[in-house]
Amino acid sequence: MELRHFKSLAASGALLAASVANTGHASAAELTLCWAAWDPANALVELSKDFEAKSGIKMRYEFVPWPNFADRMLNELNSGGKLCDLMIGDSQWIGGAAENGQYVKLNDFFDKEGIKMSDFIPATVVGYAEWPKNSPNYWALPAFGDVVGWSYRKDWFARPELQAEFKSKYGRDLAVPKTFAELKDIAEFFQKREIDGKTVYGAAIYTERGSEGITMGAMDVLYSFGFEYQNPDKPYELEGYVNSAKAVKGLEFYKALYDCCTPPGHSDAYMSEDIDAYKSGQVALHMNFAFTWPGINADANVGGDKSGYFPNPAGPDGVAFAQLGGQGISVVSASEKQDDALAYIKWFAQPEIQQKWWQMGGYSALRKVVEDPGFATSQPYAQTFLDSMAIVKDFWAEPSYASLLQATQKRFHDYVVAGQGSAQDALDGLVKDWTQIFDDEGKY
Amino acid sequence: MLKSTVDRVAGATPHALAKRVRGLSDRSLAWLFVAPSIVLLLAVNIFPLIWTVRLSFTNFRVNRPNAEVQFIGLKNYLSILSDKDIWLTMQATAHFLIWTIVLQVLIGFSLAYLINKKFRGNDLWTTIIVLPMMLSPAVVGNFWTFLYQPQIGLFNYAVGFLTGADPSSFSMIGDVSLAPWAIIIVDTWMWTPFVMLICLAGLRSIPSSIYEAAECDRASKWRQFWTITIPLVLPFLMLAVLFRGIENFKMFDLVVQLTGGGPGSITELTSINLKREAFEKWRTGYASAYAVILFVTVFGLASIYVKALNKVKQR
Repeated sequence: MELRHFKSLAASGALLAASVANTGHASAAELTLCWAAWDPANALVELSKDFEAKSGIKMRYEFVPWPNFADRMLNELNSGGKLCDLMIGDSQWIGGAAENGQYVKLNDFFDKEGIKMSDFIPATVVGYAEWPKNSPNYWALPAFGDVVGWSYRKDWFARPELQAEFKSKYGRDLAVPKTFAELKDIAEFFQKREIDGKTVYGAAIYTERGSEGITMGAMDVLYSFGFEYQNPDKPYELEGYVNSAKAVKGLEFYKALYDCCTPPGHSDAYMSEDIDAYKSGQVALHMNFAFTWPGINADANVGGDKSGYFPNPAGPDGVAFAQLGGQGISVVSASEKQDDALAYIKWFAQPEIQQKWWQMGGYSALRKVVEDPGFATSQPYAQTFLDSMAIVKDFWAEPSYASLLQATQKRFHDYVVAGQGSAQDALDGLVKDWTQIFDDEGKY
Repeated sequence: MLKSTVDRVAGATPHALAKRVRGLSDRSLAWLFVAPSIVLLLAVNIFPLIWTVRLSFTNFRVNRPNAEVQFIGLKNYLSILSDKDIWLTMQATAHFLIWTIVLQVLIGFSLAYLINKKFRGNDLWTTIIVLPMMLSPAVVGNFWTFLYQPQIGLFNYAVGFLTGADPSSFSMIGDVSLAPWAIIIVDTWMWTPFVMLICLAGLRSIPSSIYEAAECDRASKWRQFWTITIPLVLPFLMLAVLFRGIENFKMFDLVVQLTGGGPGSITELTSINLKREAFEKWRTGYASAYAVILFVTVFGLASIYVKALNKVKQR
């Protein structure tokens, strides 16, 4: 009896020891990738199964919804947390992450593995990988190209009665707008119109207050109207550029578009609210990042031939720009598994993996993929993606970007949604805020 | 049996330890028992408070671990107190605080007065009324955003039904003039039951003999209400006001879910503004000074109020 007890105890102990040892081994061969919780993240989970099979490394994921993504992940980086080995962080984080040593510099790794930044779309390299900008210092591999553009109800545009009515009212065909003025005409035309027994509205645009929404939306218009972040010849000189007459007109236009043509209650809308408004058949025009297009194309209600896509139209001077989205993938300095993390990046950078990434709904930034002759026709939105990526501009990526962004969110929302003050007041106030922030940073 | 167990435990205590413990006074033993709590309190409350005060005199930013931390004296405090936007958030907080307390006290007391009467289904109604305060503020904020939705929201539909207005013609959380009231309505809906329960406790603590004596003196119901009910319930009401005041001064979750501080900054209460400074702009020193100012404000006002409450109780 005693001996049997001893034997079973010994067996249990051995089992426990084995399981502990096994756990230790498993955790050593695991990588945690942190990103936003959205459709592309699901595609990446599928794609990464190939890496798991080839490397034997188990991938774990920490995906956070967009409104909390920056809060959560910047907290993680700032506290030196070890949760994330790989971070697909927003493009604007790159300055702070590089200067504060939160990301591993990848130049030596790229050189060793023969990964060339010239193989990627130039705008994504500048936007997602470089700090300081336009210098060959790389902190990320461009992972997901993204840009703001538009989808529209092609089936509504094609209706003969609407075509006729629009032409009689505006003297031109109801077609994809070439300018923002035309876009507003179309939005006004559809606002509160009865279609198939349902009241529909003009446009779903970004108006969100909490994180970055209204900035990402309004900047599309402001860029195309002539807004500049600073004097191109004298960095951080803002007066007359941020609050130029053209920028004021741009902000006034965005407010006019919000006032005239958005669905009721559209006062705090970002990516998910806009996509909901579009997919539920509420709006004719839909501003959103390109990542939403594969989902729209596959949607039972608005997908296929019912939707079309177009890049930002031009401003009054005929120039068009689009807000850059997307992210690069970086190795977190606090990670104890940097070699495995670098192995993941090496695997991810391979052209065949990038090709597969595009096929699964991820926007590859590799030129070999997007410059392939078949790329533009591979999906209905592929050409719009290429056209949009060719006209991108991005928000500040300075280490103080969070303060710069919050000031912008407040100024824009106060004016556009709350209707307080004028566009001139909002942009003058923004110059004051940004100047103060840069002054604190010792830029003057 | 018990004695033998005690003896056995005592006997099993190592001699050296038993000798040390035997020499302790009651006071020492009391300290020994409360010491873990005090250490915990110091670690999680007092130390962070002192550290926050220290940080408030610096330019420290938690997202700049490599930057030199400089002592900047009262600069953060002066900057906060002279910031027009911060005074606007103070105003928004005061508006929210005053109206929620007024409404919750009026409705809460009225409900308690009604519930205190004996009627059929009394217990069921009490349970139904207290349901909102059992929910999570984040959940309440989330589902009220749906109720306030101009196209599908039940609230807009009800207002439209009662007034004849088009439900989609107004947005409770998107309109500058309505949004401050939208958050007041939701907080009142959620927390009036709490005030009601406290008032109910007050009403039920009044001995019936006082009312019987008043009846004998032929005092009218109105007179009984003002000279018996209100004075005796007042300490309870004041306690409810204190609790709700402190809670609503630091209101965050409900309003963030409902409006996110918008439209513009019209419902940006001080706690939301503080969170933005601390964890979005990462101005740690500045946010520490902001937190100290809010702490001193709440602590000061609450202390004055508690003194007044004690005076009322002594009357």
